[in-house]
Amino acid sequence: MAAPILSITDLTVDLPRGGDRPHAVEGLSLEVAPGEIVCIVGESGSGKSITSFATMSLLPRSLKVSSGRILFEGRDILTLSESEHAKLRGHRMAMIFQEPMTALNPCYTVGDQIEEVFLSHTDMPKAERKAKTIALLEEVRMPDPPRIHASYPHQLSGGQRQRIVIAMALALNPSLLIADEPTTALDVTTQAQILAMFRDLRKTRGAGIMLVTHDFDVVAEVADKVVVMQKGRVVEQGTAEEVLNRPRHPYTRQLIDAVPRRQAEVTQDVSGRPVVLRVEGLEKIYRVPASFGRAAREVAALKPASFELREGETLGIVGESGSGKTTLVRAMLRLIDPSGGQVFVDGRDIASAQRSSLRSLRRDIQIVFQDPYGSLNPRRTIGDQLVEGPVNFGMSRSEAMKRARELVRIVRLEEEALSRYPNQFSGGQRQRLCIARALMVEPKILVADEAVSALDVSVQKEVLRLLAEIRDRMGLSMLFITHDLRVAAQVSDHVIVMSKGEIVERGPIAQVFNDPQHAYTRQLLAAMPGQGWEVPDISTLPPVSA
Amino acid sequence: MTMTRTLPLSPRRQMAQRALRHRGLILSGAVLLAIVLIAILAPVIAPHDPYRQSLVTRLRPPVWLGGTWQYPLGTDALGRDMLSRLIYGARVSLMIGLISAGVSMVIGTVLGISAGYFGGRVDSFVQYLINVRLAMPVILVALAAVSLLGGSLLIVTMVMGLLLWDRFAVVLRAATMQVRSMEYIAAADMLGATQPRILWKDVLPNVMSHLIVILTLEMAHAIILEAGLSFLGLGVQPPTPSWGLMISEGKELLLFDSWLIMIPGVALFLLVFSINMFGDGIRDVTAPEGRN
Repeated sequence: MAAPILSITDLTVDLPRGGDRPHAVEGLSLEVAPGEIVCIVGESGSGKSITSFATMSLLPRSLKVSSGRILFEGRDILTLSESEHAKLRGHRMAMIFQEPMTALNPCYTVGDQIEEVFLSHTDMPKAERKAKTIALLEEVRMPDPPRIHASYPHQLSGGQRQRIVIAMALALNPSLLIADEPTTALDVTTQAQILAMFRDLRKTRGAGIMLVTHDFDVVAEVADKVVVMQKGRVVEQGTAEEVLNRPRHPYTRQLIDAVPRRQAEVTQDVSGRPVVLRVEGLEKIYRVPASFGRAAREVAALKPASFELREGETLGIVGESGSGKTTLVRAMLRLIDPSGGQVFVDGRDIASAQRSSLRSLRRDIQIVFQDPYGSLNPRRTIGDQLVEGPVNFGMSRSEAMKRARELVRIVRLEEEALSRYPNQFSGGQRQRLCIARALMVEPKILVADEAVSALDVSVQKEVLRLLAEIRDRMGLSMLFITHDLRVAAQVSDHVIVMSKGEIVERGPIAQVFNDPQHAYTRQLLAAMPGQGWEVPDISTLPPVSA
Repeated sequence: MTMTRTLPLSPRRQMAQRALRHRGLILSGAVLLAIVLIAILAPVIAPHDPYRQSLVTRLRPPVWLGGTWQYPLGTDALGRDMLSRLIYGARVSLMIGLISAGVSMVIGTVLGISAGYFGGRVDSFVQYLINVRLAMPVILVALAAVSLLGGSLLIVTMVMGLLLWDRFAVVLRAATMQVRSMEYIAAADMLGATQPRILWKDVLPNVMSHLIVILTLEMAHAIILEAGLSFLGLGVQPPTPSWGLMISEGKELLLFDSWLIMIPGVALFLLVFSINMFGDGIRDVTAPEGRN
């Protein structure tokens, strides 16, 4: 194998005093060879992004490298001056960020922004710059490069923008590409395309790629080598084949064990049970009124949707961003007013209910939101927020508090949590508190709107297990909204696939996954990363000393 | 899961801790507290009656310019003790600041929060009101109103209270719109909380830090405005001891006995500066993420 382009030896980055640990990264060593994809995997706070920032010399000022060497093409990056480093950046090494929405400047066309790279690092004439830019756009497989060249970022989709960012990174043929969660903000079909592009680039460009991710399926899809990080330390590294199939470190095993399986854990037959929620022809149309000579328009965010939910059933609603799944939930709960249709709970219609009777109707149906940081009021104690529901429905405060203590135990937190504020909990704990809050009013139906999407895999697994346990224990029915097919497969009995505001496919989970009927469902399933990888059963691996 | 790691403090305790470490806040807070105490205790600590005139002792200079300790800050053209007038004047300034900023706060908060929370027509209406208000030059309207209605303390205060609510409305409208879209509002809605309850329990506490900062700014604004109006002769009427009025009364002797203007001027500067510094401090303490 060729000499490595990047070799990091014993890198330690200090955290400012008062952090939860002294070092963001401790004693990290790794190598990236040309034509190789090295994946750095870890959960949030493991120091994986800090490693990539240190390599790009983009560390925030409060973080200092205290020891180690970062050799890039034979030079130690840590000893370079700011201006020498600026010359390297973009030229010899380039970075691709997570958020394609903010990585581009909305004031310039994407063509100008790519040309800017040539302008600042070379003295190429204008015509050549443009020709090269068009060639790059072709290489990242953009349709109609001349038109894209003249487009502004807001005219492109998320996946297209990420491709522009990649084109910028590739402009000067760098020998090292650093990609920090490059597909996390993208839909699964877009992700598949971008990952395929990375695999191609490794061959066509011969560059080394350092890819930071939290998703083991992404690793399985593209990695040659894997570095697993936990709390700033490398716990395991090796070839992808080795680490994925025969993980040696207990932490790696725990992570791989938490990867959602692509099949249901338990399937149950619910066809004979009573229907608790019936949605009929629910739709939402946004009307954009005419103004300044523009005609009025109608946008159908949700085309008439109908489905039923039976007692004790978990119904998954799957779709990519913009598919209308959140609109469906919000319209169903009357958080936004639907344009038409009915939502029957207990034979009463939520969609047409008066504001005043809505309150009592909603008691039967509660929701857990996606963002664990935005769904608890930061200025009220947990206890105060938990008793809110029952008190609103006429329970005495002391009785409600008793119930809150019980529920906090059920979601496996301690009673003293009630007197604390939301900022004193981690994301996973907050999400469990949100579940407890929703259960306080003893609903019959629990809606989980991307409830585990913002969580790390191991936390995600815990929360999913908790939800399943609560469902069985309290006889709840669940609507589980997610963009992640793997998670949907794991928890649902039935699944609905949505695309462009429409339900395109529905059925029992096994049927939809094994024999998809609609072209979109097939496309979604084909795009799932890591399909070539059979997640190993950790319990069958030989034990190793930790 | 056990919670053995050290917990971050509750928001309130965190804030208290940051407040104690904030030097500007502590300093300006101390100055403000001193001025407030002086105003409250005016009858006890003022050495003379602020209204008593004495032509024999007129225009005595302060001690550092050769005066005596009987009148530490000297006397004005009518022989009234400057120190006592300054002490009583603090009452007028603080009262005007508090009451007119308070009236503005109530008007602006109600308008701003309802516009931000309900949106749609309510929002259009409030924005219309804000635009109307912004189209009126404060000083001119205040002058016109005071000259029509006569310049008593009450009228000056109320006129300013009715004029200074625009910033409250604008800022709270924006802050509320942001809070409105948070999921905890939707969650409270789902849990059957009534609209007033959501506004009171979930919206107001989360826009409070903005509210307090603007309150301090508007207090300073009102105090300066009152001084300006009094200086022009349309604010508080003599012989009430107001700092603005004292400057106004001293202006004819500006070139001969400049302390007549300096002393109330410095007092006014000190008060307004401390209030603004206090407001900045509160912003730093309540919303440290907004500091650069």
